[in-house]
Amino acid sequence: MSQTTEAPEAVSVNVATIDGNEAAAYVAYRVNEVCSIYPITPSSTMAELADQWASEGKRNIWGEIPDVVEMQSEAGAAGTVHGSLQAGSLTTTFTASQGLLLMIPNMYKIAGELTPCVIHVAARAIATQGLSIFGDHQDVMAARSTGFAQLSSGSVQEAHDMALIAQAATLESRLPFMHFFDGFRTSHEVMKVELLPDETIREMIDEELVIAHRNRGLNPDRPFIRGTAQNPDVYFQSREAASIYYQKCPEVVEKVMEKFSQLTGRTYRLFDYFGSPTADRVIVLMGSGADTVRETVDYLNENGYNVGVLQVHLFRPFAGEKLLAALPKTVKHIAVLDRTKEPGANGEPLYADVIGAIFEATANGTSPFAQMPKVLGGRYGLSSKEFNPAMVKAVFDELVKPAPKNHFTVGILDDVTHLSLDVDTSFEIEPDDVHRAIFYGLGADGTVGANKNTIKIIGEDPRFYAQGYFLYDSKKSGSQTISHLRFGPRPIRSPYLISKAQFVACHQFNFVHRTDVLKPAAVGGTFLLNSPYPADEVWAQLPRIMQEQIIEKKLKFYVIDASKVAREVGMGNRTNTIMQTCFFAISGVLPRDQAIEQIKYSIKKTYGKKGDEIVRKNFEAVDGTIANLFEVQVPTTMSSKQELRAPVAAEAPDFVQRVTARIIAGEGDLLPVSQVPIDGTYPSGTSRWEKRNIAEFIPEWDEELCIQCGNCSFVCPHGVIRTRLFHKEMLEGAPEGFKSAEIDAKGFPDTLYTLQVYAEDCTGCTLCYEACPVRDKTKVGRRAINMIPKENEVIEAAQCHNKYFETIPVNDRAAVDFSSVRGSQFLEPLFEFSGACAGCGETPYLKLLSQLFGDRMLVANATGCSSIYGANLPTTPWSINHEGRGPAWSNSLFEDNAEFGLGMRVSSDRHRASAERILKAMANQVGVGLVDDILTSPQRVESDIRRQRARVQELKDKLVQIGTLEAKMLLAVADSLVRRSVWIVGGDGWAYDIGSGGLDHVLATGRNVNILVMDTEVYSNTGGQASKSTPLAAVAKFANGGKQVNKKDLALQAIAYGNVYVARVAFGANPQQTLTAFREAEAYDGPSLILAYSHCIAHGINMERGLDQQNLAVHSGYWPLLRYNPEVRQSGENPFILDSARPNLKFKDFSDNELRFRMLKQTNPAAVDRMMESAQAGINRRFKLYEEMAEVK
Amino acid sequence: MELKTRYLGLDLKHPIIASPSPIPHNIDGIRRLEDAGAAAIELFSLFEEQIRYESESFDYFDSISSNTFAESLSFFPKMEDFKAGPDEYLNLIRKATEMCEVPIIASLNATTSEGWDDFARQMEQAGAKAIELNAYYIPTIDQSSHAVEQRYVDMVSVVRNAVSIPIAVKLPPFFSSMGDMAMRLAGAGANSLVLFNRLYQPDFDLANLDVTPALELSTPHEIRLPLLWIANLYGHVPCNLAGTTGVHSGKDAVKYILAGADVAMSTSALLKNGTGYLQTIIDEFVLWGEERGYESVNQMRGAMSKKNVLDPSAFDRANYVKVLQSFLPKRDLQVRQGRWDPI
Repeated sequence: MSQTTEAPEAVSVNVATIDGNEAAAYVAYRVNEVCSIYPITPSSTMAELADQWASEGKRNIWGEIPDVVEMQSEAGAAGTVHGSLQAGSLTTTFTASQGLLLMIPNMYKIAGELTPCVIHVAARAIATQGLSIFGDHQDVMAARSTGFAQLSSGSVQEAHDMALIAQAATLESRLPFMHFFDGFRTSHEVMKVELLPDETIREMIDEELVIAHRNRGLNPDRPFIRGTAQNPDVYFQSREAASIYYQKCPEVVEKVMEKFSQLTGRTYRLFDYFGSPTADRVIVLMGSGADTVRETVDYLNENGYNVGVLQVHLFRPFAGEKLLAALPKTVKHIAVLDRTKEPGANGEPLYADVIGAIFEATANGTSPFAQMPKVLGGRYGLSSKEFNPAMVKAVFDELVKPAPKNHFTVGILDDVTHLSLDVDTSFEIEPDDVHRAIFYGLGADGTVGANKNTIKIIGEDPRFYAQGYFLYDSKKSGSQTISHLRFGPRPIRSPYLISKAQFVACHQFNFVHRTDVLKPAAVGGTFLLNSPYPADEVWAQLPRIMQEQIIEKKLKFYVIDASKVAREVGMGNRTNTIMQTCFFAISGVLPRDQAIEQIKYSIKKTYGKKGDEIVRKNFEAVDGTIANLFEVQVPTTMSSKQELRAPVAAEAPDFVQRVTARIIAGEGDLLPVSQVPIDGTYPSGTSRWEKRNIAEFIPEWDEELCIQCGNCSFVCPHGVIRTRLFHKEMLEGAPEGFKSAEIDAKGFPDTLYTLQVYAEDCTGCTLCYEACPVRDKTKVGRRAINMIPKENEVIEAAQCHNKYFETIPVNDRAAVDFSSVRGSQFLEPLFEFSGACAGCGETPYLKLLSQLFGDRMLVANATGCSSIYGANLPTTPWSINHEGRGPAWSNSLFEDNAEFGLGMRVSSDRHRASAERILKAMANQVGVGLVDDILTSPQRVESDIRRQRARVQELKDKLVQIGTLEAKMLLAVADSLVRRSVWIVGGDGWAYDIGSGGLDHVLATGRNVNILVMDTEVYSNTGGQASKSTPLAAVAKFANGGKQVNKKDLALQAIAYGNVYVARVAFGANPQQTLTAFREAEAYDGPSLILAYSHCIAHGINMERGLDQQNLAVHSGYWPLLRYNPEVRQSGENPFILDSARPNLKFKDFSDNELRFRMLKQTNPAAVDRMMESAQAGINRRFKLYEEMAEVK
Repeated sequence: MELKTRYLGLDLKHPIIASPSPIPHNIDGIRRLEDAGAAAIELFSLFEEQIRYESESFDYFDSISSNTFAESLSFFPKMEDFKAGPDEYLNLIRKATEMCEVPIIASLNATTSEGWDDFARQMEQAGAKAIELNAYYIPTIDQSSHAVEQRYVDMVSVVRNAVSIPIAVKLPPFFSSMGDMAMRLAGAGANSLVLFNRLYQPDFDLANLDVTPALELSTPHEIRLPLLWIANLYGHVPCNLAGTTGVHSGKDAVKYILAGADVAMSTSALLKNGTGYLQTIIDEFVLWGEERGYESVNQMRGAMSKKNVLDPSAFDRANYVKVLQSFLPKRDLQVRQGRWDPI
């Protein structure tokens, strides 16, 4: 055992520990001149890396820096790719899922023009009944008719190698290639791989072919046209003219693979067979699943089976005879596994191709098999559903059953069609000499980063191979991460989750009460817990299920108070280095001393440039760790009576208990098909059952200091603060400690005011405190609402008080003052407890919308942060009021949101027209007076609307009595007689970029739709890529050196129409103006557009200062507030109202607090002064223009 | 009048220097100060705190937002080579020393030993002719005066070991024994003491009951405290003395030189009146001296220091006794020269 104090001798520079995206991008960058892209999960990283390398000046194999261009959508990116190819440049793009679908029209063209090109796809599920960011082959299968060749990679190493093979093959074959690998499972899996040296890459690329590509490009010095319109006489022949290229392509790919093998020693074939040469059963599939099957095949063959696996690399063009030739002649049973679904088809694509090949060969007499094999088709792994060895065995076993299922599914329980296979979950094949570790962490606690670092450290040791895969949460705050790490002496081919880990670490103590953390712990393994309780006290704090497993599985149990150690060495709450050190100290993967030295070496490398201080602190943390790591003496018997916290309360509705709760508890995989909605329809109001309890500090109301302004409730992003008026009689039944105060207004005798905090739903963002205008005179720093530690008593009290609060009648909407901030907060929020980030700048707008119009509102929500915190299962924050009404919400796609909402408007209007028609026809039956009242009700103010509701209810009751068909038809549309409010909401990514065409068109229709753009000035949901809303000088992905161009002025563009209501609001600066604008917009009978400034974590700000930043944004003129109200023109006034005063601050006063601007000094020091000046000048110019338009003197 | 002055081993054309301010923030500002006639230019202070703040804030935002949600595993472009450091400042030193005739003096406000050492070295390498240590901090309630004083001495020692260029130390006025501190600092290697630093003192916003930052430019009467101490120290400490604060006119500069300062520094006046105002101060200074018939600045220097002035008790009781008029004969007063007031 070496006891070196340095790193092990340097490994070959050709080895790296990277993920699939980086592996593919590494090659793509080197063999292309232009990358035209649009970000989409899980492919975004490839584009981001290309952009990063370009900004670092890294060069391709021709010594040039590729151009990386971010477009407005994938359709745009594909257009630019096409154009760049047409002009003769080597061009690429990276995409997935919906993005790939948007590229399809251009792909047909590129293929039809026989233009070499490789696009890289991190294959992802397609949005159908629901959206999924996770991996499967639905997208690449949807594009299989385009004429692109399709080359599949099944691992990180393959993603690297195939990228080059594809590039060489496309140049020679002239067919464009789609290179794909599984989204997340491969794209985000971290592995040790061998990197291709530049010389090898150069050798694979034939320069003559590159020249030929250039020579085919558009050039006025040798002009031609391409892209004709063709008629019936020649189109068909022209289509067939390319056939010969498709016939030759498989051989070209084989040739390229052969050359690759000679250069690197890694051999690939169009179809790679592994397993018994005399197998009677074979599984055919492509992608990462092939490695799982391969590993299982090896194991099974050592245990009496005779099986094999055929991995498909080249899917298109499909060389059927070569597939057959690759199979053992002995095969009798074949299962073709497709990682996609093609509803209505006779089997999925790969299955169809395989049986097609077998049938043709049999019919031709060229079949290599004595007897035609029996072939079954099956589906697996949709949306990154686990595909593990047990499932592989289930497939092999199914093949030889007397009546095997065809078109089966594996990995789920389908109790409706009964086509799912039974899987023996106890079947495991992982060897003991592979070390498996699972880490539970809290998002942002550094666990994942530390684990990636651990993989690098261990991977650098030439004796070890390492693999890492990371699971994240559906929430953006308080989220759990689970890292799966493997280390072993052989290359790791296990692309599935660990089920028996020799090491389990839990980095957040409160997880132990919510999650069965030790479920994957192997017998005899080690458990490490970050615990605030010392070794001799922690046992009593554990739940029963944990004590049970520690004892039964004979686990070695260690604890460390990592938070304390971190604080003591001055690292705040950064516990990652400490926990990482623990892992090395006790897991035994590397000898302890060597491991510690490795960590220190790695710390020096990572932090050395940031200063000796940080290095020293981290070293101290490492040393402090060992001293504070203690083994717990495990008792022989269990003593705990604590059960895991129930995922939802017992009173939760049936669906929530049956489905939602299972998902929350991490048991979603066990939900059978019969339990889930058939059409993607989910109930509203489910987030209130979740009670995540993620805040350490929550607000406490001081009813005596409070001036009842409603600001805290207004700004609360999560709807945690509720206010209500009630008659003082109700105080008699109130529980002890229930707070209330006399109402701070005249004309309300005997009325009390209460403010409630939903403690268990609070994220601890402190915006309520920041918004409170009250100052305690005696204790400076205290306000009327203050943050306090969330002790158990506090939670219990809150539960009790909230319950009572819910029995207090909701204030009558007809009596509430909608026009004041305070009044608005007596309205029920119908958007509550979302999974948005703590302190989110978008959600207060949605909450306000739901309060003002929620009970008669349809929402078309674009994909983005709002569709994720709005509807990422298990729960939704969109909810239902006490009368059973609430926002009717739907997310369609990203690019179509404005159009989607327009459709809702047209439909609602249509229904209203129908209702009115039938109503008139039935006037005598229903009552002429009632009909008249319904038809003439103006419904401008809430009291009108309430009265209309009452009338419509009366109408509906009558219609039920009448019971004719006509009555039923009217009944079905009667609800539309109450004024419907259609809201089209989304972020700037949608509104300024991908959806801008649709948005513009919808504005131009003049229909009564309300558009809310929550402007974070960047693509927040996908990790901070620049949009056209990103301001000048801000640093963002694809704007590394600062955005060079001014922000698009969407307000001015909309104002130019003349008949569009336009507002710019910022609730953190002026909640009253925000409220006024929302109401004016909704009241305006025409298109309305509200641009709502949303501070965001992507700005690099202290989120507690979000409201301050909004204020600075407005007062520096950076975000002027305005309303353009066409209705005002009727009275002869200027419709352009500038709501903010002339700026009294500089842009710098605002931007100095935001990392997105400060970063410019680092990324573009030469230009920072000039750009900041330009930004200030732009602000000045625009404000002057606004003043002119508003005719301000 | 002969204006040539020697300060920190540098030959200056006259004793008036532009002290740290936002003006020499870029090469433009530095040139303007040179054009306005500054004999030497002190750059704005490099704050270790600022650099660490940048570095730590980058680190913080990078980690707090990364690896939390699958679609946004990071929010900012990766900056592998990021190093929040003094590069900008060092480049400014380099450029300024290339372009200017007058000496460029760097100013450093570090907080850790490593910071003092590291940045001072880098400044020397970049070409700074001298470094002014801009040290001030507010001791915590449990720190002994000894610890506080030692901290200043250690700071000078660290920098003395790190560089060979001259070191000036800008001091706050709050030491129990200013004379003792001055000697100890000179002993540790300080080549000049700059009196005094104006500390940041927050104000109370009564409307919002908030503690707010407040930095105001100096006023002329602030000259008195440093004037007093320069006068006291002149002739006793083996190093240069510099007067800073409250130089709003040439006459203020005169006062400092008369007290015994080697140079006088101006900031606030320039910020208020523009860099050209420096020339006004210089002209006034020269005019006063020539009118009085001084042949050189050296002749002026220290003429009204405690050492040289007839009635030094004026400095001892901070003028209180003088107001009451001394009852002792002059000869007895002279005997008392050279002795600190025992009471």
